[in-house]
Amino acid sequence: MALNNDTVISRLNETFGGKILSTELSADFLNVEVAADALKEIAKFLRNDPEMSFIYLTDICGVHMPEQKDRELGVVYHLHNLVANYRLRVKTWLPVTNPEVDSVTDIWTGANWMERETYDFFGVIFTGHPNLKRILNVDHMEMFPLRKEFPLEDSSREDKDDRFFGR
Amino acid sequence: MEKPESQVDKREIKLAKMPPGMEGQGFFATTLDSVIGLARSNSMWPLPFATSCCGIEFMATMGANYDLARFGSERMSFSPRQADLLMVMGTIAKKMAPILRQVYEQMAEPKWVIAVGACATSGGIFDSYSVLQGIDRIIPVDVYVPGCAPRPEQILDGVMRIQDLVKNESLRRRNQPEYKQLLASYGIE
Ligand code: SF4
Repeated sequence: MALNNDTVISRLNETFGGKILSTELSADFLNVEVAADALKEIAKFLRNDPEMSFIYLTDICGVHMPEQKDRELGVVYHLHNLVANYRLRVKTWLPVTNPEVDSVTDIWTGANWMERETYDFFGVIFTGHPNLKRILNVDHMEMFPLRKEFPLEDSSREDKDDRFFGR
Repeated sequence: MEKPESQVDKREIKLAKMPPGMEGQGFFATTLDSVIGLARSNSMWPLPFATSCCGIEFMATMGANYDLARFGSERMSFSPRQADLLMVMGTIAKKMAPILRQVYEQMAEPKWVIAVGACATSGGIFDSYSVLQGIDRIIPVDVYVPGCAPRPEQILDGVMRIQDLVKNESLRRRNQPEYKQLLASYGIE
């Protein structure tokens, strides 16, 4: 049951039309950018359609691109069809002012902790997630540390001399 | 070939040095402090709190080549209630900090703490939002061992510095105002 890029692109385009914003290849690896409001439907299709059958969600991760106006925060879903051994990346971009996207936890149960992690580091709100709270960082943290406006360094250090760090 | 017992040179066996005192026929008198210090320092029960790479060096320290057991620390205690020496080896994430502090609080007096490696001492290379910048921000530390990671010899040296402390400090350390003040500064009762 071979699956290839052309099949996936044409199936997605015929089923979702305008919701598929762009497709591109990076290193033979198909990336599909989709509209955030259709993400859940597309995920359901990719998971349940007998031909697609992306039954395995490898990872969810976040991206922050502050220079992209109104599409600063990206959420990337890495999918794997284990039978055809075919992988696919689905991306969606959200405005940083209202970073909301539907949770896919009821499609892939494994998305639970991955979405919590993406929330923890980027502040993406996954609506419909059963327990959206921090997972890796301390509970009382007030920032989303991988967003670029927040400092990576620990702010409580007083002993660092800027001259030795080229600043 | 092992020598028969009669030929073993007594000087080859290293015994703990006797504390200063009065010696006579069939008796030896010294202060209680130094006897207890001697006993304590040569039978430390460490609690290894090993969270990352430095912990691997500690495993070598425990192994037969470096053999921490030579210094009386044969028995690792994984229960804080029975440990004398908390050995913190590795990066302590901020999320781990309350756990480390709880382990320290559960240890019974007298207790000592050794911070092994750059991470436990100061956060090391991880000047980051997620890493505690030195365990002395949450618990008092007696000896710091520098290095990333320190060699087993250095860890042994750190343990021997702790032994010096144990041998020489007052038995009533926990009643001293300085000690109480130190603990109070960390908010520990
Ligand atoms: S000091 Fe170096 S070796 Fe030790 S835990 Fe930190 S990074 Fe690892």
